[in-house]
Amino acid sequence: MAAWAGVALVMAVPVVLAALSPWLAYRGPAYIAGGFAGIVALALLFAQPLLAAGYLPGPGLAKERGWHRWVGAAVVFCVVAHVAGLYITSPQDTMDALLLVAPTPFSVYGVIALAGIVATAAMVALRRRMGLRYPAWRLIHNGVAAVVVVATVVHALQIEGAMEPWSKWGLSVAVLAATGVVLVDLRVVRRDGGTA
Amino acid sequence: MNLPFYNRRSFLMAAGLAGAALAQPPLARFAFAQSSGLQPTRTMRGGANNYRPNAPLVDRLGSGFWVSGTVRRAGDGAPLSGVRIQIWAATTLGGEREPKNHGSVLTAADGSFRLETEQIVPNFGQPHAHLAYDDADFETVFLRPVMGSPRDTSVSADFVLLPA
Repeated sequence: MAAWAGVALVMAVPVVLAALSPWLAYRGPAYIAGGFAGIVALALLFAQPLLAAGYLPGPGLAKERGWHRWVGAAVVFCVVAHVAGLYITSPQDTMDALLLVAPTPFSVYGVIALAGIVATAAMVALRRRMGLRYPAWRLIHNGVAAVVVVATVVHALQIEGAMEPWSKWGLSVAVLAATGVVLVDLRVVRRDGGTA
Repeated sequence: MNLPFYNRRSFLMAAGLAGAALAQPPLARFAFAQSSGLQPTRTMRGGANNYRPNAPLVDRLGSGFWVSGTVRRAGDGAPLSGVRIQIWAATTLGGEREPKNHGSVLTAADGSFRLETEQIVPNFGQPHAHLAYDDADFETVFLRPVMGSPRDTSVSADFVLLPA
């Protein structure tokens, strides 16, 4: 019970604090929605590895991995909404970022994370067609996930935006720690992806 | 024996013609720029984003924040007066596409300009302003200075303009 509450707090507090940002009063709805889609995506990245490893007490690994798929779809949706909201707000700034010519240093990391999300979604959709066996799937998915997590954190931490800075750092550290611990646990300690 | 179609004379002719061609505009710009004297400022990345040409001349766009700078001529560095500088930014009045956030000013006799606005707020992750020279007498330049902190109450950018 405490674990669930803890996970919920780590995810919810940064989002709530961002909703209290004074700068939101100066933004249009598309910018606010796009920004929050990104914030929610970051928060979801905390739950994702925990679900993949079945750390949350109660439901069991199979069920948590089912939720991992749903949360994954939610992350994809949030990332698409993030880019779409930004594009509506300023097409020129968004295209600059997507074409890797933005003046801001954090944009390239956002595009890297976006590429990883797109690749992951494609792999999930085409997994059967590719005939990938489980060990190969795991390796690629874990690798891309690690890249997405690091790129997302580097992206978020450099942005001056709606997120309150301390909670952003806290969530970022939590996301990195959860990803790191789960990757080591599943790939080194258990070595079988946790299915045994 | 077979002489190649190229020789010293034809090489020197070609090099001379190429040099003369490169010295013409627009490449002459680079030759001018490398000569001694003040270098022209180059357009900054993203500087032209959300530009709305012909921002109205205004006394002020708000209060509490100052956008300022100087305008000088490339080469001799002479201050340029009566030059129109267009300015826009995301402020507490709204985003960069809000018309109330677009205005232009003319430089004073000493080449300086300043415009008071509402507080600039971060936009797309950075607190910054946009400034532009986009008229006939000099080459167009877009600047996008970034503020050190969102709590700053001023930002400045200096133009060095190349005669058109």
